[in-house]
Amino acid sequence: MLEVILISSVKVIVVVVVLLTGCAYATYMERKVLAFMQHRIGPNYAGPFGLLQPIADAIKLIFKEDIVPDNVERLTYTLAPMISFVPAVLTFAVVPFSSKFTLFGHEITGVISDLNIGILFVFAVTSLGVYGILLGGWSAGSKYSLLGGLRASAQMISYELSYGLSIVGVIIIANTLSMVELVEQQSTIGSWFIWKQPLGFLLYITCAVAETNRSPFDLPEAESELVGGYHTEYSSMRFAQFFIGEYGNMLAVSAVAATLFFGGWQGPLLPPVVWFLIKVFCFMFLYIWLRATLPRFRYDQLMNFGWKVLFPLAIFNTLATGLWVLWLSDVIFGG
Amino acid sequence: MKEIMKAISRTIFKMPLGFLVTFKYIFKKPVTLDYPRKKKPMAPRYRGKHYLERYDDGTERCVCCGLCAAACPADAIYMEPEENENGERRAKIYEINLLRCIFCGFCEEACPEEAIFLGQEYEFSDYDRNSFIYTKEEMLVPHPRKDNPFKRIIRRVRRVYGVSESK
Repeated sequence: MLEVILISSVKVIVVVVVLLTGCAYATYMERKVLAFMQHRIGPNYAGPFGLLQPIADAIKLIFKEDIVPDNVERLTYTLAPMISFVPAVLTFAVVPFSSKFTLFGHEITGVISDLNIGILFVFAVTSLGVYGILLGGWSAGSKYSLLGGLRASAQMISYELSYGLSIVGVIIIANTLSMVELVEQQSTIGSWFIWKQPLGFLLYITCAVAETNRSPFDLPEAESELVGGYHTEYSSMRFAQFFIGEYGNMLAVSAVAATLFFGGWQGPLLPPVVWFLIKVFCFMFLYIWLRATLPRFRYDQLMNFGWKVLFPLAIFNTLATGLWVLWLSDVIFGG
Repeated sequence: MKEIMKAISRTIFKMPLGFLVTFKYIFKKPVTLDYPRKKKPMAPRYRGKHYLERYDDGTERCVCCGLCAAACPADAIYMEPEENENGERRAKIYEINLLRCIFCGFCEEACPEEAIFLGQEYEFSDYDRNSFIYTKEEMLVPHPRKDNPFKRIIRRVRRVYGVSESK
């Protein structure tokens, strides 16, 4: 029993540390890649190639004064950054990052908790993140923040449905909700679920970008119109928590995308963890690429796109997959 | 229906082109400079911070005639003359207020002795207003000679008409 607890705690610590470092270096990567895409140099002063920039930023944020404006709702103002930060970390509890491996004579599974409803847990938890943004926007007592929070909630409601429906296809095909089993079913490149669910993947990626409030769906933040949106009134570590929450969510969504559609840690030659990290990295790159390429949606365009395009497509995909699995595959391949 | 098909074809065929553009830019050379470390070479006739020229034997060219101060539209130059040990005229005080100066280069054009030039330096921000009073000692530091085509013409005219270049 003690052994199980010990192994689990070590795994938790390792995953959290890697995740937080990943968040820090995701900001570095974003700034650097974005700079290259815009013909700039990007951060290059702290350390070689600016590699210590995230650490410099972290130190700066820690030492900044924590300004609390007068007309804030104290309790929610304090809680909001934590609410947006925790779900991002929680997601990684069920994401398998490696196959089983032996270390110091102990057999260790490559996942913190092999929950049999893994995907459901992921989606339940990531949806909580919006409460942080909404409460942060509302409690700050500023017009910009309120508008940011309002947009965040409207956007979430519109995209949550398609987000949830986009992965139903995968679940129907795989016939399981456990993340570990999902990865095990995608042992070769040919059996990756993206080949069976291309539309589902596109829907998932689009909704995921909207869910994490990233450009081109960054309306809650909208630097050019709402100053900073929901985190306008936040400073110091509270702001940093929102920031880590945002990047943690990006990493979580990327990890889930890699697990659901690209076979998670499965891959030849390299160790499983490396494959997993490579896949997550590719998705992070995609995020930044999107930001560098596409302009922000207008509010009505966002709503139109969510309800009139994504939602019908998601329903169609779900129904088509269901029909395929139930009848058509039997009819065509003779079951 | 037609519009929907159009939108779909746009998404499939046109959108990747946009993504390709941003991707290609990763491999291009940045247009910005790593500024404080690397500096842009200035144009040869750039008008930056002033400097005073000397003769080859080290004596100052400036004779404190006051033409530069007279030419200065911003009234930035102040000078007082004195005699050196050979009994020749030179500037005792020669100050340029860089906060007044508009870097028009009229002083450079007005100078009959080819003594004052506008150099290449453009970084002289400071916290103290007084440090912008630029004195003679600061201006007399050795400086790469500025190649001014007009000055070359003037020098040639002087040679042709027998005005001596040396003092």
